[in-house]
Formats: sequence, structure tokens, C-alpha cells
Amino acid sequence: MSGAAYLRAFGSYLPEQFVDNAALAVRTGRTAETIEKTTGISERRYAAPVQSVADLGLAAAQDCLARAHVDASAVGLILFASGSSERCFPGPAATLAARLGFTATPAIDLPIASAGSLIGMALAADLVARYGNVLVVAAEIMSRRITDSDPDTAILFGDGAGACLISRDSGPAPAIAHIADLALYTDGNFAESLTLAHGGTLAMRGLEVIMQAARKVPRAIADLLAKNNVAAEDVQVFLMHQANRNLLAKIAKELKVPEDRFFSNIASFGNTSSASLLIAASQWSDSASVTGPVVFAAFGAGLQWGALLAVPVAS
Amino acid sequence: MSKQPGILKVIHSVADITHDPAEDESLFATGTLDSFTLPDLVNGLEQEFAVTIPDSDLVPERFDTRRKIEQYLDTLVQ
Repeated sequence: MSGAAYLRAFGSYLPEQFVDNAALAVRTGRTAETIEKTTGISERRYAAPVQSVADLGLAAAQDCLARAHVDASAVGLILFASGSSERCFPGPAATLAARLGFTATPAIDLPIASAGSLIGMALAADLVARYGNVLVVAAEIMSRRITDSDPDTAILFGDGAGACLISRDSGPAPAIAHIADLALYTDGNFAESLTLAHGGTLAMRGLEVIMQAARKVPRAIADLLAKNNVAAEDVQVFLMHQANRNLLAKIAKELKVPEDRFFSNIASFGNTSSASLLIAASQWSDSASVTGPVVFAAFGAGLQWGALLAVPVAS
Repeated sequence: MSKQPGILKVIHSVADITHDPAEDESLFATGTLDSFTLPDLVNGLEQEFAVTIPDSDLVPERFDTRRKIEQYLDTLVQ
């Protein structure tokens, strides 16, 4: 990392429409009980037809800035992750910037599903030295990228947005945590495992993805913790991309830490792809504060994965 | 020497079955293995046969039947 970076605040937005397993059972032919048992998901949210990816991202960004007590004008750079934006270009970053009132502040799209918010946080941690305050936003409308003819994927996904403000300085209001270290990885040999073609619907080779995730994510976390002399059992909480509760359990087992150390909201929101990590972080930080090491980790299409270690701000 | 006894031992340790699957029976199609037991199978095979299965070999087709698993393991020890 190129200098100090602080997590100032998180934010999130979930659309109002609830979609429970009974509704999906009608659409996909699976039973509600089967959906619950195989995914750990009880319900998810879907965006309204009039809402765009940028709309969801804006709501999360505003929530984040309000929690940070930072005016939007103080943001030096926006990084917007989404794998489900409506068009090839321009992406939602520019739209979001305009709606926040910017006319020249750089706003860059990260067209990365699943691990997008982690990659945004990692880039922000290095870019705050130049841009001061970096607003990381991740928003997805996955409900428009699935098809009921592929029930294996249709039952998993929901819509939502998360945001995070990362700054060079800890700020007048107490920062949430200090980013200590991070590591990102890509293995393009499995790029075809999880794809979304232009105008198409999501295609996932589930077995292949889970085999890679179950191996790569624990290793990335373990390597990062070892490099920083942090024992896995001393980590306060693991804030993860919410892909599947069973995968979280598997990662916990691999790291030999109790499963309840892994925050999970997948039962309520499903897999919101890149947004899920920041939604989880926002929800967790609503009722807790950082008192020990915190690990953020994600895995997804690419394959892209990585981990980020945050620690309490030194008093 | 056949690796089938060890393979069966690992399958039984991760799958909720009481019978021995036939050598060419698809472990996925029959539901013996799924996305959440497959990674455990791989870990179990590594321990049982003292081998390291590289990420690049983590392709479900290699582990679909007992015979395919043995054929794959044979390539690791050669």
C-alpha cells in the first residue's frame, strides 16, 4: 500500500420489493423448501422497473456520505463497481457523479461482478494518497440478468447497492478502521465459469465456481493474515461477498474459526453480486464497532478474488 | 493397487449415502455429491492419498465417477 487509508463510513440501499421463495417456486418449479435448504436464502429484493443501477448506487452513496458527515463536494474520486449495468458505456459512474453534483471529478467504472466492491476498496486504499476521499460504490440489478429457465442461478440473486468512503485522513468524525493491508488475485483460466454476455443472462458453472472459491478464498485470507501476523481466531469479524451461506461455512471451517464470526445477511437479501460485501459491511457496522482485526474478502467472475485487512484506528 | 477402497472411504465421509456407488455411476447426477460436498471430497482425497491437487485441476468432470477419480489420481502419482 502507498500510504495511510481509513474506512470512514459504509452505506447501503435495498429496493422495496420483497421476493420470497414461494414466489420463486412458482416461477422456477423448485419448492420453497428446496430453495431455502440449498441456498440459505429466504427472500431477496428486486428493483422497481423504473430504477437503474445508478439509482441504486446513488441511494447507497448518499447514505454513506451522510454517515461519514462528509459533503459530496469533498469526494475526490468515485469508483463504481457493477456487473449488471444497463449499457456498455458510459457506465453508471458518470451518471452517479452528475447526480451528486460533480462536473469534473473523476468517476470510473469497474465492470466487475461479485468481487467488484473489494477491488474498488483495494484500489481506493492506494488512490487516496492522490485523491483524498474516494467513494466506492457497488450496485447491481441482477434480477434483470437471470432467467427462470435456469433455476440454479435464478434462485440466488437479488438487487441492491452498497457504498464505502475511504480517505487519506481519519477525518473529524471517528473513522471506522484503518486499512492495514490487502491482496488481489485473478485467474483467467476459469473465466468461462461465470459469465454475462452483452444483452444476455448470467451463465454459471456452479460446481466449478464453488470448487475454486472454496480453495482460493481461504488461502487468500490465510496468506494475508500470516503476512500481517494476525491469527485467524483473533479476527473480530469476516465481512464477505454474500454468495452462499454454505460457502461461508466452508471457508470458516477451512480457517478453523467459528462460523458465527462470518457476518451473513444472505437469508434476507440473497446474492447481490458486487454490492453484497458493502451491504454486509454497512449492516454489520450499524450495530458494532471495530475493536479488532476485520477481514473483507470476495470472490467472483474472472475469476477475481482477494482479501483486505482492516484494524482499529490507533488512538 | 486399486485406489477404490480409499476413494469409497472419502466418498462416504462427505456424502450422505449408505450404499457404495458403482464405479461408473455419476456422483453428481445421482446427488451423491453436490456443490458443497465436492470441495470436501477434494480435500479428503488429498489427505487420503497424500497428494496435492492443484487449482488448475479442480474441474468437476474429473470427480464425477469413482473410475474417473482413480484415473485422475493415477496421473498425480506418475
